Amino acid sequence: MNKMKIWNYQAFLPLLVLAVLILINLLKGADYFSISIINGAIYGNIPNILFGASELVILAIGMTLVTSSSGGQDISVGVAATITSSVFVRVVLNAHEVTLMTVVGAFLVSCLVGIAIGAFNGTLVAIFNVQPMVATLILFTAGRSIAFLIDGRLSPILANRITNQIGSVIPGVPVQTPILLTVVFIILFSILLKITNLKLYAQCVGINQKAARLNGINPVIVKLLTYIILGVCSAVAGFIAVTKAGRHDSVNLLRFVEMDAILAVAIGGNALSGGKFSITGSVIGAYTIEVLNRTLLRLEVGTETIKAFKAVFIIILMILASPVARGTAAKAVQWIRARCTGIVRLPASEKAEASEGSEVDLSVEKEV
Amino acid sequence: MAFSIKRILTVFVLLLAVTGLVVAAPLIKVGIVNLPPEESGYRQANVEDMNTVFSKANGYDARQTNTGDNSEQIAAAMGYIRDGVDYLLISAANASGWDTVLQSAKKAGVIVFLFDRLIQTDPSNYQAALVSDMAAEGEMAVNWLLSQKLPYYNVILIRGQLGSAAELGRSAAVLKARDAGKLKIVADGTGGDSWSLEEARKVVEAAIAAGKDFNVIYAENDGMAQGAVQALDAAGITHGKNGKVKIIGFDFNRFALRNVQAGYWDCDVQCSPRQAAEISSWIKAHQNGKPLPKGIIYQKEMLVDTTTITDEIILKMGINADPGKGVITR
Repeated sequence: MNKMKIWNYQAFLPLLVLAVLILINLLKGADYFSISIINGAIYGNIPNILFGASELVILAIGMTLVTSSSGGQDISVGVAATITSSVFVRVVLNAHEVTLMTVVGAFLVSCLVGIAIGAFNGTLVAIFNVQPMVATLILFTAGRSIAFLIDGRLSPILANRITNQIGSVIPGVPVQTPILLTVVFIILFSILLKITNLKLYAQCVGINQKAARLNGINPVIVKLLTYIILGVCSAVAGFIAVTKAGRHDSVNLLRFVEMDAILAVAIGGNALSGGKFSITGSVIGAYTIEVLNRTLLRLEVGTETIKAFKAVFIIILMILASPVARGTAAKAVQWIRARCTGIVRLPASEKAEASEGSEVDLSVEKEV
Repeated sequence: MAFSIKRILTVFVLLLAVTGLVVAAPLIKVGIVNLPPEESGYRQANVEDMNTVFSKANGYDARQTNTGDNSEQIAAAMGYIRDGVDYLLISAANASGWDTVLQSAKKAGVIVFLFDRLIQTDPSNYQAALVSDMAAEGEMAVNWLLSQKLPYYNVILIRGQLGSAAELGRSAAVLKARDAGKLKIVADGTGGDSWSLEEARKVVEAAIAAGKDFNVIYAENDGMAQGAVQALDAAGITHGKNGKVKIIGFDFNRFALRNVQAGYWDCDVQCSPRQAAEISSWIKAHQNGKPLPKGIIYQKEMLVDTTTITDEIILKMGINADPGKGVITR
């Protein structure tokens, strides 16, 4: 029974994949985990991964919530982050002097913009019942032009000490700032989910909207709320991305990140059709994508073939994560267990088979 | 009375006709089909340049269509031909599908110039094309590098979007020098389709983690060079004028030029978006009865390093925002 529970546990697959990737990296060189102190900050493969994946992790968290409540994905997250960060840069550059207060203030303004973007997408999805992907396609298409106009038609430069330190290292702090910001964000988000019923409500709405309404949950408000939260996530991701880059490139900032964010949600074992979700899974999924990218570089896969390798890996992963594969695997494990435990405890194992069979079926139903 | 009014009217009409002729005659009708300015900093400078050069003040009646959609571009070009423009300037979103347009331009007697981007067609279908010579840009950078007299050349090559004209041209020079045994490529990566800063950073981080010994970063645009330098900074590896690793970038972004000026990077190669002045000079000469150039014409482009860079170059030739003198963009 115990083993079965682990198999059904959502985070098992992404963790297994992560473990396999790390093993490959270790085989390539045993110094994979080695860490040194450079310029007062920790340096090594692991900090690099945490640093590189920070925006993706934050977006994947918001994407999970939206996926759960609305059964669809927001493909405008990267563009939303570009718009919010262009506002951030605008406000910072308009200030006479860049102090910590102006940076924080500008960040809060960009969060408001993120909320507005989330409310816009959310209204289309929750009130007008537009398919999430279609609703967010509007911003996906037009958003970078909007950011370009906010930028004043040039890519502005954020060359000042404070934003530079936010994008790299604050002297005296041994960890790169984006990593710290990501950790703070994850903690705040888990507190939010702990002290509110947001998770329960989002799942209810995602599984059965009518049943949720009958139970006194307003699906419109819940969906809208998840999109607004994703808007804030975009603002945070945009803030981190632009401080890392040191200048606002409305064309290339966080380009194609929405696809990776959706992929992270899927690798995390979450059904893209909505319903039950695991934030932990998505976070692990996001780090898995980052590790995968870096593993391919570490293995020195040819420049031309690197994308094909990534695609093959993800196809295998998606097949493994599919309900069909999970069901088959569960049955296979059962069969082996039945052989091992043998004739002595036959009635017990039969009983287990029956109950577990129904469990598997249930999960299939949910995911369809 | 009636007679005098008639007379005044006749004089008035005559005057109008004469002034009308004087004003209308020198305006040259030009149709410009271009990509949208939000496509890149390069395109922004390009569109701006077209607007300033092909203005009423310079004697042009110019109309411009900026779209990234090939079929919209083709429709706009057809419209310009119908409207009877004298010259048609095209920077195509897609290299194919233009034969019909070029044929009808020929029939209507419209002279076609291509700028920045070539079209896959018979050269007889257009008058001339003014483009950047990506291969020459690469050669310029490699020649500069080899003239630095480094004890050895271990290069990290960071390519742009694979298969793009810029990537093919700029990579070719490095690959040629490697085949000639003049340098070694210790890592070969790409910033992907978006010429991504983050991807470039990862390429260099992977090379550092693998313990590779390198002293040159050849990044095929400024954004990727910036990402590569971030990776060096985080790992505590020196670069620039007095550092270990030589940094080469492309495109002449003003932030990159300021970085070169500050000795934070070593060299940057121009990829000029300003074709308008040269095309305008062809048109003006043609109006005076001189022949037009034919076929593919390459723009003259330059390379700057820490010794040759000047404020004037940064202000005149650079693209995108200027961070200001002495400001380093990390």
